[in-house]
Amino acid sequence: MVNNAVEIRGLHVVRGKRTVLERLDVTIGDGVTGLLGPSGCGKSTLMRCLVGVQQVRAGTVTVFGEPAGSRSLRETVGYVTQAASVYDDLTVVENLRFFCRVLGVGREEIDRVVDAVDLGSHRDQIVGRLSGGQRSRASLAVALLGEPVLLVLDEPTVGLDPVLREDLWGLFHRLADRGTAVFVSSHVMDEAERCDRLLLMREGRIIADGTPAEIKEKAGADSVEHAFLAIVREDAG
Amino acid sequence: MTSRITVAVAARVLTQLRRDHRTLALLLVLPCLLITLLWWMFQDTPVFDEVGPALLAMFPFIVMFLVTSVTTLRERSGGTLERLLTMPMGKLDFLLGYGVAFGLVAAVQSVLAVALSVGVLDLQVQGPVWLLVVVAVVDAVLGTALGLFVSAFAQTEFQAVQFMPAVVIPQILLCGLFVPRDQLPTVLGWVSDVLPLSYAVDAMQTLTQTAETADVWQDLAVVAGFAVAGLVLGAATLRRRTP
Repeated sequence: MVNNAVEIRGLHVVRGKRTVLERLDVTIGDGVTGLLGPSGCGKSTLMRCLVGVQQVRAGTVTVFGEPAGSRSLRETVGYVTQAASVYDDLTVVENLRFFCRVLGVGREEIDRVVDAVDLGSHRDQIVGRLSGGQRSRASLAVALLGEPVLLVLDEPTVGLDPVLREDLWGLFHRLADRGTAVFVSSHVMDEAERCDRLLLMREGRIIADGTPAEIKEKAGADSVEHAFLAIVREDAG
Repeated sequence: MTSRITVAVAARVLTQLRRDHRTLALLLVLPCLLITLLWWMFQDTPVFDEVGPALLAMFPFIVMFLVTSVTTLRERSGGTLERLLTMPMGKLDFLLGYGVAFGLVAAVQSVLAVALSVGVLDLQVQGPVWLLVVVAVVDAVLGTALGLFVSAFAQTEFQAVQFMPAVVIPQILLCGLFVPRDQLPTVLGWVSDVLPLSYAVDAMQTLTQTAETADVWQDLAVVAGFAVAGLVLGAATLRRRTP
């Protein structure tokens, strides 16, 4: 790892009266980095910071050497919000065509990303009539347009069929192999094993950082879930 | 600002609208039905000639205000706006895209309403008929701009709809439809002078009464000024970074 895709220094975010992220220092490099933690621990907020749509109290977020959200990053960072952010009253292809025009990428991208998320047989269906899993794949397809160098994916595999989940993780690794830094969040601990590197998060803090094997070994646990519990107990004690 | 993105937004909004047959029918047919109702109520009296022009100014304004405030609220709450703001999309691209799309819809709506009023219901118009349509379109863009602005202050579609009586009804009451503007109590006259719908209604009324168009262009400029101000305010409420 020569260069870190993302460098976060002293990131502090307060929403309302609640401190969501507490003086976070973390870097994200190549490969597939997983951000795991329970709902409400600050995962989405951290992801929003990476794409520059979150107001921060203090600290810096640098993406490929530029402040997060900079104009030059907007064509190179793909982002999937937790809710499927596509237009329900348009077809899959119409959605993609619109986002292609916004990003200024060619239409030939559409076929590529539709295939990548395996929506070929639903390409001309209205998104609102698709299942939840299909909608979130449509949303993922939008993030893949223009081959971004950083992908920020907020719980992209929630509610998906295990077979499809497997396929998507395969896709994330293929993208990572081609040089895209992939940052994926999940609240499902069994997805942890699929990441090259893991960040475990709880109550706005990163409580563990390393490969799944390292984390398990350090905590003396046989699964990431048990490691998570062990670390939390240790923290409390 | 990029024209490519503005056009993309406008085309997308129009495609969405085309899908929604019911909304499209309401947008295009409802004003015509209401104008016909009014004509019928005041059959054999001169009232339709007095009130008709004001209605032609009111419909595009009200309808576009409602449609825009709800659709942009949907973009804000559905995550699509957040996604767009992480892309190379300028705030003005977004706003103008909506303005262009609903301006076009308003143009069709106004052509229908004006054709019905003048062609079938025999509304007397001294000035050029096409200028009636122009006033209606600018008026619709004003409604769009205010709708965009107001959507920033609503958390739900339910709230967004409630803004309609707050923003629109005072303008209807004070625009000269019920009491001629120069006969309003002094203070209300001042208020009426700073409300944009008053100028749109003035323009429509002038067009029906005389062939002289200088005043119309002046009123039109005021309405357009309000529309631009609304879009600028709307842009100020679109924040890339939110709490």
